[in-house]
Amino acid sequence: MKKIMMKGTEAIGEAAIIAGCRNFFGYPITPQNELTEYMARRLPEVGGCFLQAESEVAAVNMIYGAASVGKRAMTSTSSPGFSLMQEGISYIACAQLPAVFVNVVRGGPGLGDIQPSQGDYFQATKGGGHGDYRLIVLAPSTVQEAVTLTELAFELADKYRNPALILADGLLGQMMEPVEIEEKQVSYDNSSWALTGAKDRPPRKVTSFNIDPYGLEKMNLQLQEKYRKMEQEEPRWEEFQTEDAEILLAAYGTVGRICKSVVKIAREAGLKVGLFRPITLYPYPYSPLEELAKRVSMILTVEMSSGQMLEDVKLAALRLTRIEFYGRMAGVVPTPGEIFEHLMQLVRRR
Amino acid sequence: MEYKVAYKMPESLSKKQFSYCPGCHHGIVHRLIAEVIDELGIREKTIIIAPVGCSVFAYEFFELDGTVAAHGRALAVATGMKRARPDLVVFTYQGDGDLAAIGTAETIHAANRGERVTTIFINNAIYGMTGGQMAPTTLLGMKTTTSPYGRAAEREGYPIHVCEVLKELRGVAYLARTKVNSPKDVITTKKHIKKAFLAQLKDLGFGLVEVLSTCPTNWGMDPLRAGKWIDEHMVKEYPLGVFVDKVGEEK
Repeated sequence: MKKIMMKGTEAIGEAAIIAGCRNFFGYPITPQNELTEYMARRLPEVGGCFLQAESEVAAVNMIYGAASVGKRAMTSTSSPGFSLMQEGISYIACAQLPAVFVNVVRGGPGLGDIQPSQGDYFQATKGGGHGDYRLIVLAPSTVQEAVTLTELAFELADKYRNPALILADGLLGQMMEPVEIEEKQVSYDNSSWALTGAKDRPPRKVTSFNIDPYGLEKMNLQLQEKYRKMEQEEPRWEEFQTEDAEILLAAYGTVGRICKSVVKIAREAGLKVGLFRPITLYPYPYSPLEELAKRVSMILTVEMSSGQMLEDVKLAALRLTRIEFYGRMAGVVPTPGEIFEHLMQLVRRR
Repeated sequence: MEYKVAYKMPESLSKKQFSYCPGCHHGIVHRLIAEVIDELGIREKTIIIAPVGCSVFAYEFFELDGTVAAHGRALAVATGMKRARPDLVVFTYQGDGDLAAIGTAETIHAANRGERVTTIFINNAIYGMTGGQMAPTTLLGMKTTTSPYGRAAEREGYPIHVCEVLKELRGVAYLARTKVNSPKDVITTKKHIKKAFLAQLKDLGFGLVEVLSTCPTNWGMDPLRAGKWIDEHMVKEYPLGVFVDKVGEEK
């Protein structure tokens, strides 16, 4: 297997094709256009369908359509576009359809800017649309990991019949890195539930609708049961130099990667610092973080937001250790140096 | 002695009882669609996309695989289905609020792309299920719960003519406006519906049939008066006819 240089967005696109995705519906928005353009170029080559929708609202509903007939489908967008998709995602979650979304997050709120941000964490992990539902949320920190997690997103979406989201940011999307993408034969079978025409069987209905509250509650309970199973089986995370760590950094995605450099700088300065990097943001790896929290004197959560994942860190570690936060917003990417400096201030304040 | 079946329930209708009000035209149109699907022999590969509104249960009333789209998004869902599985027959069933207000963008762009799907559009000039609010197709002067003084052009704009807008789009292969308030009209409407499906089956483009329909409950009329009101008021605003026909003569 040879390594090739690829942009994050393009690598995600190629990984989706390897994962058997042949349907992409999207609408242009910066900074994810390279993914949409890549799919426009590549999908016809592999007999797939690329369609530029009239809006993100239409795109998410096209995904609903393609998923309901049992086909792997994907869309990609950036923050304001992802907001527009929330209604459709809620329908897809309730109708229990597998689909993969990519949000290359940019600075917000509002029109914001087009620089990297992590300001959509709440929207991604706590709902976003209406009703009691969850997305499977995967947060890659390198281009190679984006490839692995894109393939995983399709697997998990099918396994749980639930929408999955790759939560990236403009930095990861635009960055070029050497990646290995393994060709493989992917097969999936949605024939037990997909709308394929009522031939030799009773008609099937895929809906997010039940006028009877007890019926709808039953649908909700099924969803909740599924989410509990995900919470048991699917949390993924990386620990970096945590074995002897006295101080823990908690960060995901691009900032997780930046914090690895902070760990190295801190260790050179004689501080025993480690990194906890959640890979699944939902289901969140609370248990391993709780275990680490018992062993360290401080957790510094670092984000490109005002402190959104911070709330999950507190859910895992509150009262177990000192919890601090450092964040930049609006598309400003923190440097390893400034994070280390902040860490040193906190250490001195102890 | 052998009996010839002269009339029976279409196979494409489920046994479920309709939930519609007396005098409502949804039931007639449902039956016509089911008869057409039977006659074309496509029941086993046809998917219905129901809208939000009184016909939200339409997916239950047909013996077909089906789903319910978000309000206004039926044609986006249909696009996704048909693009992913071009061998399926896909149709949407939509009301005026769904198709011509919240879903205007989806309607225009699906038609313009010439999506190989079929739409049955029920225009009764009002929002039925939510209790009689103003629709984009509400007639001038018509009183609804959100136009209690009567729709005024300077305040609420004009009734939208969906067929006249869509006929300019080159992706459209069949487009007609009809009504079902007389036996003759019912027969004509069935022909239109069949052609709108043929536009899809023959890979010609997008097909839509607009049916001027009653809403006796929210119009505040008995069924007979509502039927007459279509001729007296609706047809004057919305002329009947075939606007686009690339299907040609029916076999």
